[in-house]
Amino acid sequence: MAYTLFSIGDYYQIMANFATTNLGGAHVARFIGQRIIYMIITLFLIATISFVLMKLLPGSPLANADKLTEAQQEVIFEKYGLNDPIPVQYVNYLGGLVQGDLGISFKYDNRPVSDILSDRIGPSAQLGIQALIIGTVAGILLGLVSAIYHNGITDYLSTIIAVLGTSIPSFVFAGLLQFFVAVKWGILPVATWNGFEYSILPTIALAIFPMATCARFMRTEMIEVLNEDYITTARAKGLAGSAIIFKHGIRNALIPLITILGPLAVGLLTGTLVIEQIFSVPGIGEQFVTSVTSNDFPIIMGTTMFFAVVFIVMILIIDILYGLIDPRIRLSGKD
Amino acid sequence: MRKSNWLLLALVLVLSSFLAACSGGSDSSGGSGGEGGSGDSASGSANGDQIFNLLIGDEIPSMDSSLADDQYGIQWTSEIQEGLYRLAEDGSLSEGIATGDPEVSEDGLTWTFTLREDAEWENGDPVTANDFVYAWQRAINPDTGSEYGPYMMGGVIENATAVNTGEAELDELGVKAVDDYTLEVQLEKPVPYFESLTTFPTFMPLNQKFVEEQGDSYALEADNLLSNGPFKMTEWNHGSTMKFEKNDTYWDAESVQLEEINLQVSKDIATGVNLYDTGAVDRAPLTAEFVDQRINDEDYVAVPDMASWYLKLNQNRTGEETPLANINARKAVAQAVDKDGLVNVVLNNGSTVSNGLMPKDFVKGPDGEDFRDANGDLLTYDAEAAKEAWATAKEELGQDEITLEILTGDTDTSTQIVDYLKEQLETNLEGLTVDVLQVPFQQRLDLDTAGDFDIQISGWGPDYIDPYTFMNLFITDGENNRMAYSSEEYDSLNQQAATENATNPEARWQNFLDAEKVLLEDAAIAPLYQAGNSFLVSPKMKGVFSNPAGNDFEYKWAYADNAAAE
Repeated sequence: MAYTLFSIGDYYQIMANFATTNLGGAHVARFIGQRIIYMIITLFLIATISFVLMKLLPGSPLANADKLTEAQQEVIFEKYGLNDPIPVQYVNYLGGLVQGDLGISFKYDNRPVSDILSDRIGPSAQLGIQALIIGTVAGILLGLVSAIYHNGITDYLSTIIAVLGTSIPSFVFAGLLQFFVAVKWGILPVATWNGFEYSILPTIALAIFPMATCARFMRTEMIEVLNEDYITTARAKGLAGSAIIFKHGIRNALIPLITILGPLAVGLLTGTLVIEQIFSVPGIGEQFVTSVTSNDFPIIMGTTMFFAVVFIVMILIIDILYGLIDPRIRLSGKD
Repeated sequence: MRKSNWLLLALVLVLSSFLAACSGGSDSSGGSGGEGGSGDSASGSANGDQIFNLLIGDEIPSMDSSLADDQYGIQWTSEIQEGLYRLAEDGSLSEGIATGDPEVSEDGLTWTFTLREDAEWENGDPVTANDFVYAWQRAINPDTGSEYGPYMMGGVIENATAVNTGEAELDELGVKAVDDYTLEVQLEKPVPYFESLTTFPTFMPLNQKFVEEQGDSYALEADNLLSNGPFKMTEWNHGSTMKFEKNDTYWDAESVQLEEINLQVSKDIATGVNLYDTGAVDRAPLTAEFVDQRINDEDYVAVPDMASWYLKLNQNRTGEETPLANINARKAVAQAVDKDGLVNVVLNNGSTVSNGLMPKDFVKGPDGEDFRDANGDLLTYDAEAAKEAWATAKEELGQDEITLEILTGDTDTSTQIVDYLKEQLETNLEGLTVDVLQVPFQQRLDLDTAGDFDIQISGWGPDYIDPYTFMNLFITDGENNRMAYSSEEYDSLNQQAATENATNPEARWQNFLDAEKVLLEDAAIAPLYQAGNSFLVSPKMKGVFSNPAGNDFEYKWAYADNAAAE
C-alpha cells in the first residue's frame, strides 16, 4: 500500500534502478523460481506438521459422541475415512491437497471446505485491505507530522495516539466504538455484514494497530533520515523544506516500513478473529476458531493451508518489492 | 419450556403493558383510551409487518433433516419441514402430516399412521407415506453418516441398528407405506413416547425425487431445500444472515400469520444486546453480567431450560476404585454445596436449584402431577449432614486426607462454577483437596468416555418428552454412565418401564419415580441446577412457544403485535 505513495517519477526511477543494476530479468526470474520451490517445500512441511498436530487433538469430531455407541461412531467415521490407519489418511489428504481438494467439513455436513473458505475469505479480505490502507496511510501521516514537528505538541499528541493504539487491545476499542458510535450516537450500524457502511466500524477498529505501529516506525525513521548527511547537503544547496521532506526524506524513511508491512498485512487478513466476532462479520478468522473447538479436521487443515499460502506469498512479494525499491539489496538466490 | 414459563412470559407482558399504561395515565389522566387498547397486548392480535428479526448464535451446521444434530439445525429444519406431529403449546402434540391418533397394536409394537391428503411439498408433489419411508431409511443408512439417525432410531424402530451397521438391508427397516396415505411402523420394543419422537427432524419426510436430484448439494443452499412446513428458507448467506418466509403451500398455511423471520448470526452477547437496543433485532440472549443490568427491564424474560446439571461421581477411575466408591463420601460431596449461591450469585441467568435428576416442568404423570413435584427434593444442601457423612467416609476409607479431581469445560462459566464448587467442597469437607481440570468440550467427552475423572460437571438436555431420556442415563454400562455406577434395583425399574409396564402408564410412571429415588439415595450423582436462559424480548413477539425438547422455539403460531411494542 505504501507503493501508492510513490509518484510516477519514483516508479520510473525504480525501474531505472532495476535496469542499470546487475539485476537482470533472468536473475529475477531465477530468484522467483527458487523461492517458489522453497514455498512448495515449506507448504508441504506445514501440511505435514499440521496434520500430525491435528491428529493429536484430543476429542471426537462428532457433535454427539456421548450419545452414540462405538459401533455407531465407527459407521460415521467410515464415511469420513477416519477408520483408515493414520498414514493412509495422511497420504489421502496430501493426494487431495495436490489436486486442490480440501475435502468436506465434519461439522457443516457435506459442505466442501473450499466453499466454506471462499464464502469466508471475502469479508476478511475486505476488512483487512481497508484497514491496511487506512492504517498505513494514517500511520505514515501521523509519523511524518510527529517527525517534522519533532518534540512539539503535535508530536506528543501523535505519540500518545500511537502508544494508545498499540497498547489498547482491539476488542476494548471495538466495544467502545460500537457503544458510542452505533448505540449512543446512532451514526453507524452496531454490527453485522450487510453493506459498506457495516464495514466502517470494524475497519477502524482493525486499523488502529497498524496505524499506531506505522506511526511509531515512521517517526523514528523520518527523524533518523532527516539527520542524515545528504539531507544536510540538500539543505545547504538551498532546497525548499517541503522538497527535502517529500523528495528525499519520505522515500528513504519508507523503505524499512515495507518490512513490517508484510507481517501487518498477514495479521490483518488472517488474525481478525476478535473483531469479526464483535462485529458479527462472517470472516475466516472466526471460522478457524470454531473449527478448532469442534475438531472439524478438514476445515482446520484447509484454513491452515490457506493462511500459510497467504503468508508465504506475502513474504515473497515483500522481498521482491524490497529489491525493487532499494537497489542496495540484491536479489540473491541464497538469502 | 412448559406452561409455567409461558405463564411467566405472559405475566411479564401483561405487567409491562400495565406499567406502560400507568405511566401514560399519570401524564394525561383523561386520554388513556388509545393506550387501553394497546395495553390489552397479552391477548393482542397480529398487526403491522409480520416480521421477526432474530439472532442465531452460529451458522446452521446442517439444514438436512437427516443430519441436523445441533440446536440450530433442529430448530430451523423443524420450521421448514413437518413430520407426523408437531410440538405445540406446552409441549403438547398437534397434528402434522398425520391426522388423528395413530392406531397402536395390543403389544405396542405396530403403529399405523393415517396421513392427510392435502399436504404438499413446495413443488406441488403430495406428501406421501413413501416420503417417510425414504427419509427414515436415509437417516439410518450408514452412507448418510447421520448421528441422530442411529441415536433416535436404534433400539426403537425394528432393525434400525442392524441396518446402520450394515447387517441388514435398508428395506428391512421397520417402516413401510401400506398405501400413499398409510404409514406402518414396526418397533423393536413398546415405546409409549413414539408420537413425540416423530416431531424430531430425523423422522421428518423427504421428497425422494428432489433429494436425489440435488445429490451432494442437497440442503447446502436455500435453493437446494424443499419445504413441506410452515416456512421455507429463501436466503442463506453462510455465517451471516438467513431468511425464512411463510410457505403458502403448507397445508395449514392459514394458521401461519408470520410472513418473515430474519436471522442474523452473532456470537458476541454484548453485540446482541447492542443490536437489540438499536432495534435491529427483536430478541437477544443474556449472560449473567447482563442479567444484573437488565433484570428490572420490562422486556427481560427468563426461560427455564430443560437441561439438568449435576456432578457425576466416578466410583472407578480407569480400573481403580476412587474414594467415591464409598457411599458416605458421595453423600458428603452431594450435600456440601450451597446451590442457592450457585444459581443466584455465580450463574444468575435464570437457572434454578436442582435436587433431583429430572428437571421441573418437563413431564407430567398420568395423574397430571409434575415429575419433580411428585418426587420432591431428593438431595439437598445440608452442610451438617455432609460433614457427618464425610467423617464416616474418612473413617471407613481409613484416610484423613483425600484428593479429588473435578473435570469440567474451559468456558468462563465453567471456570466460575468450578471455582465455587472447589471453595464449597474444601470448606465444608475437612481434609478434602479439590484439583481442577479444565479442558475443551470435545476433550471432556473423551475423558468421560474413558471414565477418566473423579468428579465431572455434567449436563443433559432431553431429546424427547419422556422421563426415559433422563432415566436411561445411568443404567449399568450405559453410554452415559461412565462412572461405574451399577444398581440392580435402578436397572430393573428401568427395565420394567421399558418392557412389562411399557403399555401401563401408571405403573411405568411409578417405575421412573422409584428409579430416581434409588439413584439419589445412592448419591450416584450430585444434582446442582436446572439451566435457565435469559433474554430481552420485544413485546411485539407473541405466540412463540417454547418446547421442552426438540426445537427450542415454535414459530408456526407466532405473530407480531407491533402495537404492543410502541
